[in-house]
Amino acid sequence: MNIIKKFALVAGMGALLSSAAYADGLQGKVIGFSQIGSESGWRAAETSVTKAEAAELGIDLKFADAQQKQENQIKAIRGFIAQGVDAILIAPVVATGWDEVLTEAKEANIPVVLLDRGVDAPEDLYLTSVASDQVKEGAVAGQWLISTVGDKPCKVVEIEGTVGSSPAINRKKGFDEAVAAVPTITIVRSQTGEFTRSKGKEVMEGFIKAENGGKDICAVYAHNDDMAVGAIQAIKDAGLKPGTDILVVSIDSVPDIFSAMVAGEANASVELTPNMAGPAFAALDAYLNNGTIPPKFIITESKLYTPADDPQGEYDRRKGLGY
Amino acid sequence: MKRLNWKGALLRPQFAALAAVLFINWLLFPGFFDITWQDGRLFGSVIDVLNRGAPVAILAIGMTAVIATKGVDLSVGAVMAIAGAVAAVMVTSGSPAIVAVAAALAVGLLCGLWNGVLVTYLEIQPIIATLVLMVAGRGLAQLVTEGSIVTFSDPVLIFIGTGAFLGMPMPVVIAVCLMLLATLAVRRTALGLLIEAVGVNRSAARFAGISSGVLLLVVYTFCGFCAATAGLIVAGDIRGADANNAGLWLELDAILAVVIGGTSLLGGRFSIPMSVVGALIIQAMNTGILISGFSPEFNLVVKSGVIILILVLQSPLVSQWVSARTTALPVRGPKRKPL
Repeated sequence: MNIIKKFALVAGMGALLSSAAYADGLQGKVIGFSQIGSESGWRAAETSVTKAEAAELGIDLKFADAQQKQENQIKAIRGFIAQGVDAILIAPVVATGWDEVLTEAKEANIPVVLLDRGVDAPEDLYLTSVASDQVKEGAVAGQWLISTVGDKPCKVVEIEGTVGSSPAINRKKGFDEAVAAVPTITIVRSQTGEFTRSKGKEVMEGFIKAENGGKDICAVYAHNDDMAVGAIQAIKDAGLKPGTDILVVSIDSVPDIFSAMVAGEANASVELTPNMAGPAFAALDAYLNNGTIPPKFIITESKLYTPADDPQGEYDRRKGLGY
Repeated sequence: MKRLNWKGALLRPQFAALAAVLFINWLLFPGFFDITWQDGRLFGSVIDVLNRGAPVAILAIGMTAVIATKGVDLSVGAVMAIAGAVAAVMVTSGSPAIVAVAAALAVGLLCGLWNGVLVTYLEIQPIIATLVLMVAGRGLAQLVTEGSIVTFSDPVLIFIGTGAFLGMPMPVVIAVCLMLLATLAVRRTALGLLIEAVGVNRSAARFAGISSGVLLLVVYTFCGFCAATAGLIVAGDIRGADANNAGLWLELDAILAVVIGGTSLLGGRFSIPMSVVGALIIQAMNTGILISGFSPEFNLVVKSGVIILILVLQSPLVSQWVSARTTALPVRGPKRKPL
């Protein structure tokens, strides 16, 4: 109740202040962005969306690519502090070891916003964190399946992400809990496809053999779109029609899943938005110009895309983002 | 040339291990050996084992030759990624598939040659020399693909990864051909003997008149070629070049396959077909885990348990113990001398 009130208050203040805030905006502000590196297509898209958002708002964005190393990120952040930037965005590569450098930023009065991953550091060391709710992503996928199959019996196979990774754990939790409410939907098999296309394909091949040549499988849920794309190929190789014989639902909404939707081979994808910077810039705008303290955790929307949502248009929109 | 002793060959622990793994798979999933005919090709779990095992088997063929010279090539996974990236980028930018495949294989040869030069002429230890390309190679592949997965619809490349010849998946056909050619090349000529000589003692081999430098160059270049072939297969399989993940950690599977196949990391005696059997054991285990329905947290535990078991069965201690117990059977290899 309390939290909801706070949220409502912040949202209301944001709405009231937005016209005033955007008058000053972030025009001419210098913001440092320490990105992890280019570990995946989604990460590349996040970088290009951040740069585009910054350009639109007239922000002087200092971009630092850490090549998947925390020490590079810490160096970059110290560099930003030395330059006296107005704010810092960090997509932290690991959760631990940030206390010292975040304290330095705090002492220099530079607000820090965390993007898409959290850190194990006292909450007063950063302004806010913008991230998706991975459990909710899984739940949205589960809800889609429930509303699609109705009360027909449905055997689901699940292709998990890398064992032990937080998206794999949370996306499994969200989906499994959602479909557990419907007794006719059962998850018959679950294996890791390590978030890659080739492993997704291999795992699906195994599932198809083990479930009566795939005839018993009603749907496949993959923790990311790449594994779903691999699974679609395995389904086709087995002489079945993906999207019709076996429903395909996955998470991320990368361009290739939209081309699969155009071909009628994928049914639904929950978006992990690469636009983490948009809400971050809005929070910084309100904070720097009006002193508004944003909520500690800003959750991005987990939007569901189906073939009804103009997949060709979505594909064209995302293609240039570097996915 | 010595006649192949089929009975003796089939009694090797590797075949027993493969049979055991397949048998366990059958216990876990009774339809394991079912094979059907689907869309002009064979379809079944055993075919999956062969098909999915083919890339590692191909890597293992090249790796066997390198390990026999007392070397190791850690860069094969990265070379796979580079080859796939080159082929994918070339066909998507309009080159004919044949040119793209030739270019990818040529890049693989070059990568192998690079390793060979580092090992032979700069005399850098193989594990370090190939580590350079293992780390940098994936970066090169990402540069080629600009960090994204380059998808293609070229029928020739897709055929290499997913096509079928006489009902057999193309990767299996390619792996078998490579295995036969490589085995013939090393066993019907003096090449195998020369490789073993260099592996046992490079200086002695050189004094005996073997140009060990050239031989090492050839071996590493061949390993690069094998890696590029495997890279084309995995790219064709998913219809795209995934520079981040293609071939990731497969160098370790390839080395493991060679070791399971009985080739010593200290160089010398080697067997290419047995390395391929080693690759099949690894894949039979992977496929078994997939269809068994175990929770994925157990994958690596089960795998390591089985591998330890296989290696223990092959260890000199156990084989001596077995020979001591089975005096009725003809004993191969040196008997333990009485103390």
